[in-house]
Amino acid sequence: MPLLEVKNLRVEFPTRRGTLTAVDDVSFHIDPGEVLGVVGESGAGKSITGAAIIRLIEPPGRIAGGQVILNGRRIDNIPLDEMRHVRGKQIGAIFQDPLTTLNPLYSIGRQLVETMQTHLALSDREARARAIRWLEEVGIPGAAQRVDAYPHQFSGGMRQRVVIALALCAEPNLVIADEPTTALDVSIQAQVIALLKRLCREHGTAIMLVTHDMGVIAETADRVAVMYAGRIAEIGPVRDVVKHARHPYTEGLMGSIPALTHKVARLTQIEGAMPRLTDIPPGCAFHPRCPKVFERCRVERPDLMPTDGPNLAACWLHAPARGAREVGHAA
Amino acid sequence: MPPDATAIVQAKALVEVEDLARDFDVSKPWLYRVLQGDRKRILKAVAGVSFDIPRGTTLSLVGESGCGKTTVARLVVGLYPPSRGRIRFDGVDMAGLASRAEAESLRKRINMIFQDPYASLNPRWRVRDIIAEPIRAFRLLTDEKAIQERVAELLTQVKLSPKDGEKYPHEFSGGQRQRISIARALSSTPEFLVCDEPTSALDVSVQAQILNLMKDLQAEMGLTYLFISHNLAVVRHMSDRIGVMYLGRIVELAPGETLFATPRHPYTRMLLDAIPDLDMTGRARTPVGGEVPSPIDPPPGCAFHPRCPLANARCRAEVPQLRPVADAQVACHAVEEGRTA
Ligand SMILES: Nc1ncnc2c1ncn2[C@@H]1O[C@H](COP(=O)(O)OP(=O)(O)OP(=O)(O)O)[C@@H](O)[C@H]1O
Ligand SMILES: Nc1ncnc2c1ncn2[C@@H]1O[C@H](COP(=O)(O)OP(=O)(O)OP(=O)(O)O)[C@@H](O)[C@H]1O
Ligand code: SF4
Ligand code: SF4
Ligand SMILES: [Mg+2]
Ligand SMILES: [Mg+2]
Repeated sequence: MPLLEVKNLRVEFPTRRGTLTAVDDVSFHIDPGEVLGVVGESGAGKSITGAAIIRLIEPPGRIAGGQVILNGRRIDNIPLDEMRHVRGKQIGAIFQDPLTTLNPLYSIGRQLVETMQTHLALSDREARARAIRWLEEVGIPGAAQRVDAYPHQFSGGMRQRVVIALALCAEPNLVIADEPTTALDVSIQAQVIALLKRLCREHGTAIMLVTHDMGVIAETADRVAVMYAGRIAEIGPVRDVVKHARHPYTEGLMGSIPALTHKVARLTQIEGAMPRLTDIPPGCAFHPRCPKVFERCRVERPDLMPTDGPNLAACWLHAPARGAREVGHAA
Repeated sequence: MPPDATAIVQAKALVEVEDLARDFDVSKPWLYRVLQGDRKRILKAVAGVSFDIPRGTTLSLVGESGCGKTTVARLVVGLYPPSRGRIRFDGVDMAGLASRAEAESLRKRINMIFQDPYASLNPRWRVRDIIAEPIRAFRLLTDEKAIQERVAELLTQVKLSPKDGEKYPHEFSGGQRQRISIARALSSTPEFLVCDEPTSALDVSVQAQILNLMKDLQAEMGLTYLFISHNLAVVRHMSDRIGVMYLGRIVELAPGETLFATPRHPYTRMLLDAIPDLDMTGRARTPVGGEVPSPIDPPPGCAFHPRCPLANARCRAEVPQLRPVADAQVACHAVEEGRTA
């Protein structure tokens, strides 16, 4: 059984000029202990997808359709106070800016202790001892002395380590990490990603890792979902998506990233920009930019479909033979 | 002209920077200092940097946040006066310019592109006026019709439409706004562009468009670039030569190919090792511990020594100077002593 199943998720934002669909019919799953990378351009819907899973969409935004199933149980429709317990105990969260997670008024030790005691039956002494152990685990030097320090007394990289400890200390099965290293320095990013990966492997925690950085995905994720304009364009094992993309958008995206290991005269260029939510083109949302566009793309929207590899791609190039295509059109 | 004379002219770099330094006074207010007995606190943002940029080539500076990249950029275009050191442009010392006219004629040959295409464009101006601003400021053209023709030409050059000149910045995407900044920077027909993280705020697919555009413009117009980024892969793609900065100094300066094939400075090696990439070779990483120290109280000797696996007593006492090694320059005692494996 998958740990997390997201089925036909749809998130809407009502605005004065009509309803925006930020996440549109998104389905995927995460297995226990697995790292699923989620990539895509700014505004593609990555963060909203993560926020919807833990029910942190700010009103008037709302989940307008679909299901989120954790360990076989629906969590998209349970009462919010029950959800608060799922959050923390079963799903931990790490955001880009550690200061959004840390309370500046409480010592980091107190925040760890409170989180653990909310979700686990621990005495004060046990909780404090564990807080120190977690700080040691995430590599805070002098953990026993610094457990009573406040967030502002730590550097950005150290704070993000504390946030990782907070996300993991109640021993959740899943961590949603939204751009956990984007705000950090290059050399610190590597440390934090390595740490997150090691701890999750040791504790069997699955990760939904949202990031712009394809390099991080390539080295960290088992599978990866590529989002475009609120939908998943392609999903599959990381090597297949990075090295043998089946969707023209993914292919363009990979080619547009300069490589460390070799130099090309020109980068692959995808013309234009991702559409705003207010004017998503009909048919395949990528069609105005797609070098392989053909007629069907302009009128009919592709759903994720099998390809000649393990990836699923939302692209008509992978539609089965002609007869079947006509049936699809009629439906 | 005899053939060797052209060789000499070509060999001289368009931009020569020598021992450039910039301090910032970050002390508490005077009264507070007196009452608390605090010392004056000086932050050495740039602590003696030297490099040359031959005409038509790109030199990049790369390094982690706070190492002084933006400060170098601002010194080079004259937005800050240096605390020490010299900048020569086409052989002329920028500090020694006697008259305003002289300074201005040099200034218009240099321009800058900033990281944030949102903040650097005046939201209340139409795009055509934003782009024409340097033309008007330097009085390069005075006839209004000629100015508008030039603006249309610039918009086309950066792959926007002349009609876009009527619009305001908020009507454009991030990538389009950066194209507008580039058009503005090109409007005084500069020879030298300083580009401070021009694509760091953009998505990778948009970044590719801008980097391709910058390379095309360089090839067409023979532009010289000082390119600044914290992204080593971007820097590799854009540069002829690369300077790696750490705490206000260049620790390694080498042709791009050399730097990536044989990084010599321990910090360069650490950076290269720390960066995940798409190659998926599964190579094991050795993430280096520690963080960049504060530039207010940098460690004595080599500023990298607290994080360096090769540090010894000399490193803790003596600042290493850039020394030539093959076609590179490296500031490291271990490299000089042949202690690096
Ligand atoms: N409160 C809101 N009201 C209206 N639209 C919103 C709101 N929050 C997000 N959106 C829209 O939803 C879409 C998806 O946003 P989301 O934050 O998920 O993007 P993302 O993929 O995480 O992008 P980034 O890489 O920039 O973080 C965007 O187009 C955004 O404009
Ligand atoms: N006007 C200023 N006053 C005081 N300190 C400054 C000033 N400008 C820069 N600094 C300091 O100088 C150092 C170098 O800053 P600089 O902006 O040049 O770094 P950078 O390499 O561009 O970093 P980033 O990658 O974050 O842009 C930093 O420690 C910064 O805090
Ligand atoms: S469906 Fe058509 S337009 Fe969309 S990605 Fe595939 S080929 Fe391109
Ligand atoms: S000078 Fe010493 S401390 Fe500095 S980089 Fe070289 S070996 Fe390391
Ligand atoms: Mg986001
Ligand atoms: Mg900067």
